[in-house]
Amino acid sequence: MNQLGFPILSLMIVLPVVAAVVCLYISANAARWTALLTTLVNFGLGCLLWATFEIGGPQWQFTERVQVLGWFHWALGIDGMALMLIMLSVFLMPICIGASWRSITDRVGLYMACFLVMLALMIGVFAAQDLILFYIFFEAGLIPMYLIIGIWGGANRIYASYKFFLYTLLGSLLMLVAMIWMIGTTNTADIPTLMQTDFPVQAQTWLWLAFFASFAVKMPMWPVHTWLPDAHVQAPTAGSVILAGVLLKMGGYGFLRFSLPMFPDASAQLMWLVFGLSMIAVVYTSLVALVQSDMKKLIAYSSVAHMAIVTAGLFAFNQQGIEGALIVMLSHGLVSGALFLCVGIIYDRLHTREIARYGGLSNNMPAFALLFLLFTMASIGLPGTSGFVGELLSLIGVYRMSSWVALICGTGIILGAGYMLWLYWRIAFGEAAGDDTRAMPDLDKREWALLAPIAAVVLWMGVYPEPFLAPMRKDVTALVARLAPAAPEGDAQLAAGSPRVPAANSPAHGGESPQ
Amino acid sequence: MTASDFILIAPELVLILGGLALLLVAAFAGDKVSGVVNALAALVFAGAIVALTITAQPGAWAFSGTVRIDSFSTYAKYLIFAAGIVILALAPRFYEREGYRSEYPVLILFASLGMAIMVSASDLMTLYIGLELQSLSAYVLASFTRTDSRSSEAGLKYFVLGALASGMLLYGISLLYGFTGTTSFDGIANAFGPEPGLGLLFGLVFVVSGLAFKISAVPFHMWTPDVYEGAPTPVTAFFASAPKVAAVALLTRLCVEALPFGAPAWQQIIAFMAIASMLLGAVGAIGQRNIKRLLAYSSIANVGFILIGLAAAGNEGAREGAVTSVLFYLTVYLVMTLGSFLAVLQLRTADGRMVEDMAGLSGLWKTRPGLATAIAIFMFSLAGIPPLFGFWPKLLVFQAAVDANMLPLAVIGAIASVIGAFYYLRIIKVMWFDAPAEEAFPIEGGAMERGLIAVAAAYVSVLGFALIGPLTAASTTAAASIL
Repeated sequence: MNQLGFPILSLMIVLPVVAAVVCLYISANAARWTALLTTLVNFGLGCLLWATFEIGGPQWQFTERVQVLGWFHWALGIDGMALMLIMLSVFLMPICIGASWRSITDRVGLYMACFLVMLALMIGVFAAQDLILFYIFFEAGLIPMYLIIGIWGGANRIYASYKFFLYTLLGSLLMLVAMIWMIGTTNTADIPTLMQTDFPVQAQTWLWLAFFASFAVKMPMWPVHTWLPDAHVQAPTAGSVILAGVLLKMGGYGFLRFSLPMFPDASAQLMWLVFGLSMIAVVYTSLVALVQSDMKKLIAYSSVAHMAIVTAGLFAFNQQGIEGALIVMLSHGLVSGALFLCVGIIYDRLHTREIARYGGLSNNMPAFALLFLLFTMASIGLPGTSGFVGELLSLIGVYRMSSWVALICGTGIILGAGYMLWLYWRIAFGEAAGDDTRAMPDLDKREWALLAPIAAVVLWMGVYPEPFLAPMRKDVTALVARLAPAAPEGDAQLAAGSPRVPAANSPAHGGESPQ
Repeated sequence: MTASDFILIAPELVLILGGLALLLVAAFAGDKVSGVVNALAALVFAGAIVALTITAQPGAWAFSGTVRIDSFSTYAKYLIFAAGIVILALAPRFYEREGYRSEYPVLILFASLGMAIMVSASDLMTLYIGLELQSLSAYVLASFTRTDSRSSEAGLKYFVLGALASGMLLYGISLLYGFTGTTSFDGIANAFGPEPGLGLLFGLVFVVSGLAFKISAVPFHMWTPDVYEGAPTPVTAFFASAPKVAAVALLTRLCVEALPFGAPAWQQIIAFMAIASMLLGAVGAIGQRNIKRLLAYSSIANVGFILIGLAAAGNEGAREGAVTSVLFYLTVYLVMTLGSFLAVLQLRTADGRMVEDMAGLSGLWKTRPGLATAIAIFMFSLAGIPPLFGFWPKLLVFQAAVDANMLPLAVIGAIASVIGAFYYLRIIKVMWFDAPAEEAFPIEGGAMERGLIAVAAAYVSVLGFALIGPLTAASTTAAASIL
């Protein structure tokens, strides 16, 4: 079975679902504690998973496989990339529950149930080894998220919830048709097998486009990103954290698991489509972020820009690019999650997300200002934080494929510094916008407990990223090898020049002397 | 005609004898005993199911080849009889105030008898007899609330348009008969040949059109929203469930058994109807405020999805999977539809008024959390969102279309699903996101109805996957028996 002797992945999926059902029937406070305990237990299981994951061992570990019907299996298993994304999910989830501890007072049981179901589905997405099982987990996430945005969201929540749901659904259904075609052709829905299958090049293009429709929306890539700012702004804090932290990673994971290994030729053909959209997204959404007056919208647009660096890195077809993209995904999950938490913390005090209503918070909220600064810097990609490692690696990877793309994506970091520093300046420095702003109390213990773990991991990943990279390295190498036959030559090839023929009158180096 | 013929049609015999006996009881004892008649009618259905189980045949002919008893007809009859029991279960409480009439269960029995004949028909004459028996009962049922002008209007409208459809069907039948010289499905299949003449094609078009009316496929759907809205809600639930199963099964058998050589012709027609139904069902529902009208459009859209499967059956190679997907879809559709209508029947105010306006659902989560959850499950399932069970039949019909090289059909189906999701989401939005309405729907009595809702909701929720194996096996066997 696996190195632990019990189906740990199934357990991690079933446990939150059971807890979710329990939450529906108990009082608000009991539901909070149940949810917190369950997510902590799941985090513990996740740590066990990470600790027992054999680095350099077989590609697929902790596999489980039970036939449901014909080609449809309850098949789970993870590789290093899935492991890290599962870790991200289980790490962020208790924090989400904590962030909603006091701000959610209406229908608490249902709220906690939605989050627990989300947790189960996220683990399912990353662990699924069956095409249709993956699809079920991938798509099912729409339901709890629709409810989270629609019930506990802000003023314009209905519009945002519809937009979120329908946008994502359209993309996914096209992917479903492509999946059905793949199953019909190969007669298997096993993802590891399909990853080794060479589809005809002509078909690959169509399949790639169908999957792209889904992942590009989920990611989100320009120009189908418009649901994200709406959803983020309207969702409650914890909803934004989970949306930015984990749900967006499903798009990147989809590219890694499906688009790249299953359709390498199409990926190479359409590489410039991805690069083009990524370049536009980096520059355009960064500029849009600059002019936002709503904090959450600003961070939402910055997410789009960061995700564009991820897509560019993924389609660089080399080790650095893909590893970098993975680290950006993890780092962005932590950092943007933390930034949304920071926004939530001050929103709970002043009940507005208008940047202009804040100011001078470093005076009355020094601890908040310090942590907010750390996450701001991590978002910019300052050395020593997780953002630096990921962005540097992915840009190196992109540079090896195309120097122009690297140049334009690089401007994203500069623009990112622009909007993030300006945001920080307007919130933390200067004069308070009003007496109510000046009177805001600093972080309490609960808020410390939410932000401190993220801050620690951000620094850890920034200073010593090896533990995070090590499990993924072999998988990335395998992926790069799979892509190698299709990979185009990059334009930034450094060639060793041939030595010049010495001039007749050049002084000789040692030895022989002129006659 | 031998004794073995009668043994083969034992379920129908149970319905005939039971129905006639109850008709006499109803005529002589009047409406005082309507509750008893209702219970007895349910017993007759149970008896029919038992008879069906005992006499089930993998493939047999009765009455000189005019009636076919095989796994396909058995499967469809199980669905029809089960739906009949549910329909009977929800009727008495609805008619409580105006007085429940004894003829109602009898009409349901006769309509179901007509449907049982339809799904067993292997001759154009049997087909027509079954269809008319079902239709005539249905016309009466639609206008059953005599004091309500909407109900009378629904009955009249249904009758006039239904008569027109029957005319088209008969005209088509006469053409088929005239050009082939036989009314039996096998005979028609043999006479049709790979290159049918114009007359045969005309006959085919008219027959398919007449049947399309019964399944309310676009462009023969016009009556559906009006009749669904006007007819008493239990009758609407009936129209949306069992007759759809019967008519789709009949159309499938006709296409596969009688017209295998006409496949290129009917495949085009059905593919067109599938696309038109899915899109019109999805778009038409968007502006609706009345829940029953909305469910009418939902049933049009769902028939469109079922027709994808049937269109795929036009390709020889994909036929078995396609027919299986049709049967599987019908099964899940039946549960979803009956569940939705059972839930709508719960929307009764304290003074006994039925609420059909969508605004009445506002904030249902607060007053009736269980009901709101059940409706949400039905809606997400009708929209085909995994992990709810409604996803699986959609997957199967898309798969059938892909296997039959009809990829555009699957893609259009995907797009129509997204449009359709919009209005299903709106119902959920009204129930879960909006502030509670003034009217409350008290829970009073009807434990059985609530139990049925719970069972239906549990089935179309993720729990349905537990039964996916046996259901697939049964529908595959059924599909194989008509190929």
